[in-house]
Amino acid sequence: MTTLLATERIKLFTTRSPWWSAFLALGLTIGFAALVGLNHNGGPLTVEHSQFGMQFGLMVVSVMAALAITTEYRFATIRATFQAVPKRTSVLVAKTAVVAVLAAVIGEVAAFGSWVTTYAIDGGPEMAITTGADWRMVAGVGLVYAIASVISVAVGTLVRQSAGAISILLIWPLLVENLVQLIPGIGDDIHDWMPFTVAGRFLNGTGPDAPMGPWASLAYFAGVAAVLLVASLVVANKRDA
Amino acid sequence: MTLLAVERIKLFTTRSPWWCTLIALVLTIGFGALMAGTSDEAIAPLNVAATQFGYGFGLVVVMVMATLAITTEYRFSTIRATFLAVPNRPSTLVAKATVVAVLAAVVGEIAAFGSWGIAGAIKPNVDLAINTAYEWRAVAGVGLVYALSAVVAVAVGVLIRHSAGAIAVLLIWNQLVEPLVQLIPRVGDDIHKWMPFNIANKLVTGNPDPTTRDVLQGPPPSDAVLGPWPAIGVFAAFAAVLLGIAIVVANRRDA
Amino acid sequence: MIEATGLTKHYGRTVAVDNLSFTVSEGKVTGFLGPNGAGKSTTMRMILGLDRPTAGDVRIDGQHYWDLHQPLRTVGALLDAKWVHPNRSARAHLRWLAAATKLPKRRIDEVLDLVGLTAVADKNAGGFSLGMSQRLGIAAALLGDPKVLLFDEPVNGLDPEGILWIRKFMHKLADEGRTVFVSSHLLSEMAQTAQDLVVIGRGKLIHQGTVDEFIAHATESTVLVRSPELEKLGEYLLAAGAGISDDGDALRVSGMDSPAIGELAAARQITLHELSPQVGSLEQAFIQLTGDSVEYRTVETGRLAPDVAASQEERA
Repeated sequence: MTTLLATERIKLFTTRSPWWSAFLALGLTIGFAALVGLNHNGGPLTVEHSQFGMQFGLMVVSVMAALAITTEYRFATIRATFQAVPKRTSVLVAKTAVVAVLAAVIGEVAAFGSWVTTYAIDGGPEMAITTGADWRMVAGVGLVYAIASVISVAVGTLVRQSAGAISILLIWPLLVENLVQLIPGIGDDIHDWMPFTVAGRFLNGTGPDAPMGPWASLAYFAGVAAVLLVASLVVANKRDA
Repeated sequence: MTLLAVERIKLFTTRSPWWCTLIALVLTIGFGALMAGTSDEAIAPLNVAATQFGYGFGLVVVMVMATLAITTEYRFSTIRATFLAVPNRPSTLVAKATVVAVLAAVVGEIAAFGSWGIAGAIKPNVDLAINTAYEWRAVAGVGLVYALSAVVAVAVGVLIRHSAGAIAVLLIWNQLVEPLVQLIPRVGDDIHKWMPFNIANKLVTGNPDPTTRDVLQGPPPSDAVLGPWPAIGVFAAFAAVLLGIAIVVANRRDA
Repeated sequence: MIEATGLTKHYGRTVAVDNLSFTVSEGKVTGFLGPNGAGKSTTMRMILGLDRPTAGDVRIDGQHYWDLHQPLRTVGALLDAKWVHPNRSARAHLRWLAAATKLPKRRIDEVLDLVGLTAVADKNAGGFSLGMSQRLGIAAALLGDPKVLLFDEPVNGLDPEGILWIRKFMHKLADEGRTVFVSSHLLSEMAQTAQDLVVIGRGKLIHQGTVDEFIAHATESTVLVRSPELEKLGEYLLAAGAGISDDGDALRVSGMDSPAIGELAAARQITLHELSPQVGSLEQAFIQLTGDSVEYRTVETGRLAPDVAASQEERA
């Protein structure tokens, strides 16, 4: 497995897209935190203010993770990959792991970078990371990015096309999960179980109506990712490369 | 005219526009049906605007379709064949934008009237007659917004040339940047009022006084300060400027 | 050694490879010959475990590809030179392949040197010409110093210098005792490169043997006969079991050699103006054998069809 991880690490970092994505994700989240901090007036800045740009990074990381696999199909290097290592499950698990680690690192740098930025602008006692909720809100970002990237790799493997995979991965959390709420009667109940909504509750607190506590929410989000990953592995193994 | 025919043939001889059209219609009309079927007279009676809840789905799918119409030309290098056949690049790109916009408009109108029709069929007792100007805009305006958004998408596609990048920019802008901008303290709301897609939404969701409207009475209302028709005019100008920039860039660039 | 038994691949309703069995032995260059669309690439993908056979089996030295430990040490392949990420450098492309196979870094420099890409190793593969891409593909195939090598149409689109280089290279590899399996739709190319041939058409095996056998087999004794009493002679020849076809003012006779035809004519007291055995060219042989199985043919070669079909039925 270490061999495969090294292989996938080389593959990921010898193209430009992860660098660009990391740069964009950090620029957008930290830049947005700075915007929020600089324009803030009325009441002290809180930890929550520093993480307003979290979703920018999440979307960029999702796109990066999907591209890590769809470009392999696009340029048929997936064939060279399966030629070098015919055990497809191992290859894809290694790739997912490498992408998830990168996503986690981007998430942590983005979250703490945003926090440091707002703290530098106006660091009061409200900006201190003290409670468990504070820690989840900041340090939890890397975990959510990592799990989201697993979902992206799985969807990318299933769809195989950059355009399709990215459309699904952006439209789902940004549009579908929100619009579902509008369905009268059952909308809110469905919304409560939407994966990215649940992941958001891990970060921002569960609120009174949430069906699960924060860590259970994260576990649920991870469970969705695991199911998708397994489905993508089964399909990739059955399919011609 | 020839160019329009050329671009029409190119568009309809690949599968992606058909797929996108199908997905856009199924999502909008399907969601409209779902909303109509589950609507409760006691809480929020169904009205004309509320039949258009799926509007946002169709919009993003149509933009993906419009983006792919140009980025796949770069992807498969058919853009070179295109410019060989018709060296006048501005005409070619205008023709492509036109054809894509017409398709988007048609998809929009079918989606809007389809959603409205299916809602009427599901709830025959509810009065869904389109009477006021607002109601007309809420339904018939959808095609216009889709068409102009498709032009924006074609322009972004020409500028970026990669499907993944162009789609990511368009969707993240439309669905994330515009709403999140509101979170910036002090200036956020003012910036949001001038965001292009928010302005475009004014045509469809711009009740004379959106603040009085309940959430369940249609897609989220736009807070743009312009009136519905000036708003769509500004969005059209925005699309035209973007297309103009794209054409200038395409003209100067190696194909 | 590569052994295929009953290899079959369907894509939907299209049969790409149909019950194909053959063996490729060590220390030789074996040509894999067939017209475009005959199923050569599909067969190679199945050998490499990329496509799953619908039926049948293919093994390399008795093992399935996916059971090989670090397969690049056993099998190297160049199926398509464009299977590289355009924004990744040539060296980086080889680096990840080497990492997957636990090969030392110096091996990358060795193969780059071997194919003459050292100078451009850090350039992005997307900017490579076809010839350079082909060399990079060969470098990747050689990376694990494998015993078995597969090349799919390696000379396609190369300049004469490149073709010569690849041809010499494959001979060198075979001389080192490796199994070299190389596909082409050009018989002339194969005649200069290969010792053995596996010939397929429309996914079916047409011939397996040496190149010389193939030519002898395919150009099997047709004899051109000219005579003032052509019609009468034709009847006698048919009665004697030969196959005939019109060739303008002459007859083309198959299934009977020139002494036999001459004796038959003498016995029937028929005057002969010409009696000449036809030595077919390689291309003729190829077209004759695969003509019926060309997937996409031009109208002109289409005219050959009845003839070829007849000769194939005969053989069957």
